[in-house]
Amino acid sequence: MATLPLSRPDAPPASPQPPDIVQKLDAIWGERSDLRGWFSTVDHKTIGIRYIVTAFAFLLIGGVEALIMRIQLARPGATVLSPEQYNQLFSMHGVTMIFLYSLPMLSGFSNYLWPLMLGSRDMAYPRLNALSYWIFLASGLFLYISFPFGQAPNSGWFNYVPQAGRDQNPGMNIDIYALGLTFFGISTTVGSVNFIVTLLRMRAPGMSVNRLPILVWGTLTASVANIFAVPAVSLASVLLWLDRNAGTHFFDVSGGGQPMLWQHLFWLFGHPWVYALVLPAMGIVSDALPIHCRRPLVGYTPVAMATVATMVVGLGVWVHHMFAVGAPPLALSFFSAASFVIAIPSTVALFAWIGTIATGRVQVTTPFLFFAGFIMLFVIGGVSGVMTASVALDWQLTDTYFVVAHLHYVLLGINLFPVIGGIYHWFPKVTGRMMSERLGHWSFWTIFVGFNLAFFPMHVLGLYGMPRRVWTYPAGMGFDLPNAIISGGAFILAIGILLFLINVIKSATSGPRAGPDPWAGSTLEWSIPSPPPSFNFAVIPLLASRHPLWEDHLKKSEERTIFDSGFLLDEGKETLAVTPLDGQPSVILKMPGDSLLPGLLAAALFVFFVGLLVRSDWLSTTAGAAVAIVLVMWFQPTKQPQDQERVRVYA
Amino acid sequence: MPEARTIDDTLPIHGRGQVGTPWWGMLCLIATEGSIFAYLIFAYAYLGSQGLGSWPPNGPPDLKLAVPATLLLVGSSFVLEWGKRAANRGDRERGLFGVGAALLLGGAFVALELFEWSTKPFALPDNSYSSIYFMLTGTHLVHVVVGLFALLVLFIWTFDGRVQGAHVQHRALATLYWHFVDIVWLFVFTTIYLSPRLT
Ligand code: HEM
Ligand SMILES: [Cu+2]
Repeated sequence: MATLPLSRPDAPPASPQPPDIVQKLDAIWGERSDLRGWFSTVDHKTIGIRYIVTAFAFLLIGGVEALIMRIQLARPGATVLSPEQYNQLFSMHGVTMIFLYSLPMLSGFSNYLWPLMLGSRDMAYPRLNALSYWIFLASGLFLYISFPFGQAPNSGWFNYVPQAGRDQNPGMNIDIYALGLTFFGISTTVGSVNFIVTLLRMRAPGMSVNRLPILVWGTLTASVANIFAVPAVSLASVLLWLDRNAGTHFFDVSGGGQPMLWQHLFWLFGHPWVYALVLPAMGIVSDALPIHCRRPLVGYTPVAMATVATMVVGLGVWVHHMFAVGAPPLALSFFSAASFVIAIPSTVALFAWIGTIATGRVQVTTPFLFFAGFIMLFVIGGVSGVMTASVALDWQLTDTYFVVAHLHYVLLGINLFPVIGGIYHWFPKVTGRMMSERLGHWSFWTIFVGFNLAFFPMHVLGLYGMPRRVWTYPAGMGFDLPNAIISGGAFILAIGILLFLINVIKSATSGPRAGPDPWAGSTLEWSIPSPPPSFNFAVIPLLASRHPLWEDHLKKSEERTIFDSGFLLDEGKETLAVTPLDGQPSVILKMPGDSLLPGLLAAALFVFFVGLLVRSDWLSTTAGAAVAIVLVMWFQPTKQPQDQERVRVYA
Repeated sequence: MPEARTIDDTLPIHGRGQVGTPWWGMLCLIATEGSIFAYLIFAYAYLGSQGLGSWPPNGPPDLKLAVPATLLLVGSSFVLEWGKRAANRGDRERGLFGVGAALLLGGAFVALELFEWSTKPFALPDNSYSSIYFMLTGTHLVHVVVGLFALLVLFIWTFDGRVQGAHVQHRALATLYWHFVDIVWLFVFTTIYLSPRLT
C-alpha cells in the first residue's frame, strides 16, 4: 500500500456543521454549567477526561511513593523508613499503579475516544458510565483513607495469605485492601459492560467489525476478560474479609482452609488483568503510530486477531505465577508451555509496528518518539517475560529484583509510554490546541533515559540475588552501585514526567490552535471540530472503509464515506443503534439526560463499605437501603414509551 | 444546498426484548455473576480435593428440604415466564398473577432455605466445609432476595399502571434475571447435594 503525502493536499472531508442544527443539538446535548451540572453530567467526553486526570493523579501519588522507596534503597543499611512503612509503601504503590492508574487511564482514553471513533453520540449507558467513574474515585479514596493513620495495606499488591490473615496481620490494613478491591471491582465491571454493549450497538452505519480501530479491539477484549476475571478477585477478597472478620476458614489451614486457594483465585484474575492493562495501550499505538508514519497499519487483521488471541490464551495461564509454590510437574510444564504461546501473538503485533515504521514516511513527532520507545521496551519486557515463563529460570528469579525489572518494563513500557504518546497525539483533539514539540522531545528523552537507568540495572540486581520487597540490604554484596544508579534514574524519570506535565498545562492555555485535524489523521474523530461539540456528530456519518479520512489517498478503496448527509436525529437526546455484526441502522435510542443518581449511588456504596470496615451494622444497613432506593429510581419507567419515530435526515 | 428534513421512513425506538441495549447489558451482568458462582464452585471443589478429612465431614447433606425447595424455585420460573408472555400481549391480570405467584414461590424457597440453615449441626466458623457451604448457599440466597426485590418492584409498578403493555423491557429484564437465579440454583444444588453422593 502506498504511503501518503506529508500533508493533505486537499481539504479533509470534515463533517458539516450547519449553524442552526449545531445550535439545536447543543441545546439538547450540552451540559448545565453550574455545580449541579458538574455532578450530574453523563457526557462520555467529560467522564473520559475525568478518568484520565484522576488516573494521572494516582500515577503521581504512586510515583511519589516509589521515589520515597528509592531514597530508602539508594544506599545500603539506610533507615529513612521503618520496615513496616516500607511494606505499606510498596503495597500501596503496587495497588495504586495496577488498579488506580493503569486500567482507569485506559478506560479514560476509551471513554473519550470510542464514540468519536465509532461515529456515535455517546456510550450505550451514559449513566452507568458516570457511575463507573464515581465508584473508581470513591474506591480510590477508600483505599487511601487509611494512609495517614499508618494502616494502609501492607502485604503487597497480590496480598498473599497467610501473611494477610488475622493472625499475622491483625490491624485494619488488609480489611481496607479486601473491601477496597471489591468496591473497585464494581467500577471495572459496570465499565466493561458499557464497553461491550457500546461496541455491539453504538456504531455509525457501515462500521462493520473489520473496520474497527485497534484501540476498540483492545478495550473490547479487555472488557470481555474483565467480565469473567474480576469476580475471581472480588470473591477472593470477600472470602478473605470473612476469614478475618467472621472466623471462616477458606484460607486458614487450622480449619481445613487452603492458602493456595487465594493464589488460584487471585491469579485467575491477575493474569488476564495484566493483559487488560496492555492490550488497549497496544491499541493506542496501533491506531496512532500509523498516522505518524503516513501509511495504514501493516497487517490490520492479524493484529486484531492477535489482540483477541492474547487474551484467550491469557485466561488460561495463571499458574505461571505459582511455579515456585509447589505444583505437580505436569501442571508446571503445561502452564509453562502455554505461557510461551502468548509470545506468538505479541510478536505478530510487534512485526506489524516495525513493518509500519519501515515502510512508512516517518515524521519524528513527540508521539512517534514515545511509540518507538514503547516498541523497544516491549521487546525487552517480552524477553524477560519469556525467561520468567520458563520454570527452571523462574525458580531462580522469582521474588528477586529481576521480576521487579520485568514488571516495570512491561507496565511502564507497554502502558505508560503509549499513554503519554497517546496524550500528545489526542491532546489537540481534546483541547483544540497543540502541545509544544520542543518540550515534548525533551520530556521524551528524559523519561526514556531515566526509565532505562532506573529499571535496567534491576535485572542485574536480580541475577545477583537481591530479593524484592526488602526494606534494606547489607553493604558489600554488589548491590550498592546498581541501587545508587537505579535511584538516580528514578529521579530523572520523575523530572521527565514533570516536563510532560508542564507541557500539558502550558499548552492547554497557550498552545497554538490545532484545527480539526492537525496530524492529517485517518479515523472519524478527526472529521469533527476540536474540541468536539457536545453532540459529537451533527450528522451521523456513513462508513465505507477502515480509513474514512484517507480514502482520497488510498487508491484501493473505491467507495467513499459520506459525511455530509445522513441521519440527523435531533428530536431530543437521541442516537442511532445498529445491528451487532454488520452495522446496519436498526433502532433509535433515546439517551438519558444528566442525572445525580450515579454520584448518589457511588456515595451510598462508599458508606456501605465504610460501614463494613468499621463493622457498624446500622451504617451498612442504612447505606444498603439507600442503594436499593437509588436503584429503583434508576429503573423507574418513563411514561408510556413511544414505539416508532419518523427519521430526520440531513440531505 | 443540503437541509434537514423528516422523511417518511420510521425506525423503532429502543427496540423490544432481544434487540434493546438493556437486554445485552443484562446478559453481561449474568455472565459476570455466573462467574462468581463458577469460582465459588471451584473453591468448593478445591477445598474438598485438598483437604485431608472426609468431604463433607458429616456425610452428604439431607435432601428432605432441598428437593421441595428446588421444585418451588423451578416452578416459579415457569409461572413467571407465562405471566410475562401474557402481559406482553396486553393481559394485565395474568401478568400480575404470574409475578405474584413467582414472588410467593420464591419467598417459600427462602423460608425453606433459612429453615434448613437452622437445622444444620454446624455453624459458619466451624471449618472449611461449613464456611463454603454457607458461602455458596448464602450467595445464592442473596441473589434470590435481590431477584425477589426486583419482582416486587415490578409487581407494584404493574399494579400501579406505571409498567404497561408496552414496557416490554422492564418485564424482560426482571424475568431474565429470575431465570438466571433459578438456573444457578441447579448448579449449586448439584454441587452441594448431589456431588457428595457420587463417590
Ligand atoms: C517512577 C517510577 C517508578 C519507580 C521508581 C518504581 C519503583 C518501585 C519499587 C522500588 C518497587 C518495590 C520493589 C520491591 O520492594 O519489591 C516497586 C514495585 C512495584 N511497582 Fe513500581 N515504580 C515505578 C513506577 C511504576 C508503575 C508506573 C507501575 C505500574 C503501572 C508500577 C508497578 C509496580 C508494581 C506492581 C510493584 C510491585 C508491588 C508489590 O511488590 O506488591 N511501578 N516499584
Ligand atoms: Cu501472568
